[in-house]
Amino acid sequence: MLHIECPWCGFRDDAEFHYGGEAHITRPDPSKTLTDEKFSEYLFLKTNTKGLILERWCHRSGCRRWFNVLRNTITNEILEVYPVTETPSSKQGKETYDRNWRRISPSKKTPKTDEAK
Amino acid sequence: MIEKREKAQPRSLTLKENNYSFFSLAKNAFSKHKNWPQAWRSTEPKPEYDVIVVGAGGHGLATAYYLAKEHGSKNIAVIDKGWLGGGNTGRNTTIIRSNYMWDESAGIYEHSLKLWETLSHELNFNTMFSQRGVLTLAHTEHELKEMTRRVEAIRLNGIDSEVLNPRAIKQIVPIIDINPQLRYPVMGGFIQRRGGTARHDAVAWGYARAADQLGVDIIQNCEVTGFNIKKGTITAVKTVKGEIKANKVACVVAGHAGVIAEMAGFRLPIDSRPLQALVSEPIKPILDTVIMSNSVHMYVSQSDKGELVLGAGADSYNSYSQRGSLNIIEGMLAAAVELFPVFSRLRMLRSWGGIVDTCPDASPIISKTPVKNLYFNCGWGTGGFKATPGSGHVFADLVAKDEPNSLAAPFSLDRFVGGYLIDEHGAAGVAH
Repeated sequence: MLHIECPWCGFRDDAEFHYGGEAHITRPDPSKTLTDEKFSEYLFLKTNTKGLILERWCHRSGCRRWFNVLRNTITNEILEVYPVTETPSSKQGKETYDRNWRRISPSKKTPKTDEAK
Repeated sequence: MIEKREKAQPRSLTLKENNYSFFSLAKNAFSKHKNWPQAWRSTEPKPEYDVIVVGAGGHGLATAYYLAKEHGSKNIAVIDKGWLGGGNTGRNTTIIRSNYMWDESAGIYEHSLKLWETLSHELNFNTMFSQRGVLTLAHTEHELKEMTRRVEAIRLNGIDSEVLNPRAIKQIVPIIDINPQLRYPVMGGFIQRRGGTARHDAVAWGYARAADQLGVDIIQNCEVTGFNIKKGTITAVKTVKGEIKANKVACVVAGHAGVIAEMAGFRLPIDSRPLQALVSEPIKPILDTVIMSNSVHMYVSQSDKGELVLGAGADSYNSYSQRGSLNIIEGMLAAAVELFPVFSRLRMLRSWGGIVDTCPDASPIISKTPVKNLYFNCGWGTGGFKATPGSGHVFADLVAKDEPNSLAAPFSLDRFVGGYLIDEHGAAGVAH
């Protein structure tokens, strides 16, 4: 069982919380240039990292407020809790934020090839 | 170095040399069962294969078996980071059924159930497939109406299912409490009598032995560390035992599909979460069918050893920790004890968690990928065991022909772009 520190209510069991999935996903601009692939990427594709992940939680049975968490999905260790409107401030949190595929340039998103090396 | 190893490899025994029968049992009894041949070889990797299957669980071994048997591939390896059948194949609650509502799901799960019915004979290995029936309960008026609709849809696809009233349920399961005063009273249910259970290890072992007899190399303790991809085509698999060249690579890595996909440079619409199960101390036979309840979230059957096998729900959060939250087990056991008061003094022997890959529509992915000659079979979520033979069968077909057949086509990755989702949350048995 996770023991999550709500910024307003303190440490509580995960049964009190609602999981909101990956944090920092930006909804693409619904303009004419928005392709099905791009929208599918926003709607369905997951980061699902084995390791550090930035995610949203809501203290559903408590103060009902949302906040973000940096957690290790191998050990379930929670390393940072920060407001939804901000990006993480710890070193590991910043690295996890920057390394995410959603925030790297499109050219790097294509399948890795050994020829580039 | 690798060539030397290859020469030292044992030859695989043919079915003729290692056939399990009453005669072989009697023959081996004379030598006090000390001379049984090995069921399959433990091999080291050759430098190159036509097809490498990543993941030696039930689905992976079935894929290799059908590739060798039906598509004549001679040079196949199955590699696994641990031992065969040591992942979710060995962790599930072994329930088999095909009572899915949508045509696409009915197609693949019924294909699978038909293969189950002849599997022990086909593999010459007793998978202990027992068609004891799978009974799903309804606890509200609305759920019963929805269930009746579902049963009609299932029957239109030619799959057996029938709605039962509480009295009929009580006849089949005398230990169930059908008191209408319960918090979640039993208002009815539906049964698929052809459903049931099988011995999960035997399925992996049976496919491993049968695949080995067809010359498939099974390489254990061989973790994948990366892929060699040239011009968008896969050329080799990097492993802890060195690089192995391959024309085609088929990944069947339940629980780690996202991790393997990332190695190949793309993402999947998959969340990996812990799902828990537990077994009780062994008791005399009291339950000869499988009981499932979606709304109170409990499923139970009794194993041949007498243990009650109970399945709990999946946690809501992503995790690879192989353990879930205790409150999930508590909730499930509370529901079980209310339905079956006789369970209240049972002690639970073990509980464990496995990591399940869940898709947004609770249906699997059997698909080509953005990388040429790399195929994925994943996302079976909380109920992949029942599909083991069918999944392996259609996946082998996809890998061999590079085109999905009509059963596999609806489960391609494209459906998440085109919007052709197959929403099976209602049939999944476990909330996602």
